[in-house]
Amino acid sequence: MIWQLDLFLLMLVVICALATITVKDLLSATIIFSAYSFLMCLLWAEMGAVDVAFTEATVGAGVSTIFFIAAIFRTTRRSKD
Amino acid sequence: MKLPALLATLVTGALLLYGTADFAVWGDPKSPPNSNISVHYVEQAVKETHVPNIVTAILGDYRGYDTMFELVVIYCAGMAVMGILRRREDS
Amino acid sequence: MKITSHEARERISHRDTILETTVRLMIPFIQLYGLYVIVHGHYSPGGGFQGGVVLGASLIMFALAFGLTASKNYMTESLNIIIANAGALIFTGIAALCALLGGMFLDYSVLANILPIDPISWRSHGIFLVEVGVGMGVMTIMISIYWDMASAGRLDEGL
Repeated sequence: MIWQLDLFLLMLVVICALATITVKDLLSATIIFSAYSFLMCLLWAEMGAVDVAFTEATVGAGVSTIFFIAAIFRTTRRSKD
Repeated sequence: MKLPALLATLVTGALLLYGTADFAVWGDPKSPPNSNISVHYVEQAVKETHVPNIVTAILGDYRGYDTMFELVVIYCAGMAVMGILRRREDS
Repeated sequence: MKITSHEARERISHRDTILETTVRLMIPFIQLYGLYVIVHGHYSPGGGFQGGVVLGASLIMFALAFGLTASKNYMTESLNIIIANAGALIFTGIAALCALLGGMFLDYSVLANILPIDPISWRSHGIFLVEVGVGMGVMTIMISIYWDMASAGRLDEGL
């Protein structure tokens, strides 16, 4: 557990989380959320929980992004608020 | 409407951060979660199940109920999406 | 910006050689990797859930590149539902079989009454059978959710 790498990854996670809820374009928010999932995956792997990191990479960064994009494709791309 | 929401979020976040103060230290072998049943799993998992990966041994054998209902939850989610969204051609 | 179904169909009918070739080359390796993750879950990170998601993602990728109707030639609607139910039934069936054979629910060592191997080895093999069930169920449910969400339930055109 390297605390410099931890701090760097956690800062990127916070930046991605804030960007996800502030961006108006929902497609951009989905892609930033995918990056957030990937950074969380790196954090899990760095803490030694490789199985959780694998699940996060496949489900969080992979399939759920496709589901979000499919939902945006069928509804609207612009956020109301 | 935004100010009360911000205040509620900040108060909840502060409470959660206050709650983490009582957590065990990360990786501490003497902490309560690491000193009861985990010792048995770590020492006996290979002997009792012949599975070298302890995560698989716990998920598949010791905590089989958990994995079973995880599959049931995903199955129910898929069936719910199918029941709500899927339309026949003739209707 | 709402995309009408006519525009979507026009977009689907436009085929891209680079995309199709890349996907055609990548899919066998992705599926092989998914099977490896399921089968090798005893020795390395992974297991039924992760491998099932990887296998499902390979077919979702096929549907993204070639269109949703083309992907239904490889995994038909009825086969999808059959595999999903079979996956859930394998897990719960093995668990109930253990209970019927006189052991505890999900106690795989009593399966040695059917096929006489070492009961400890049966616990390892029981985990493997259960992981295969999880992989089948998760793979088909992921594909099914993608089909329904991308085509609004009509299963005629995808993204």
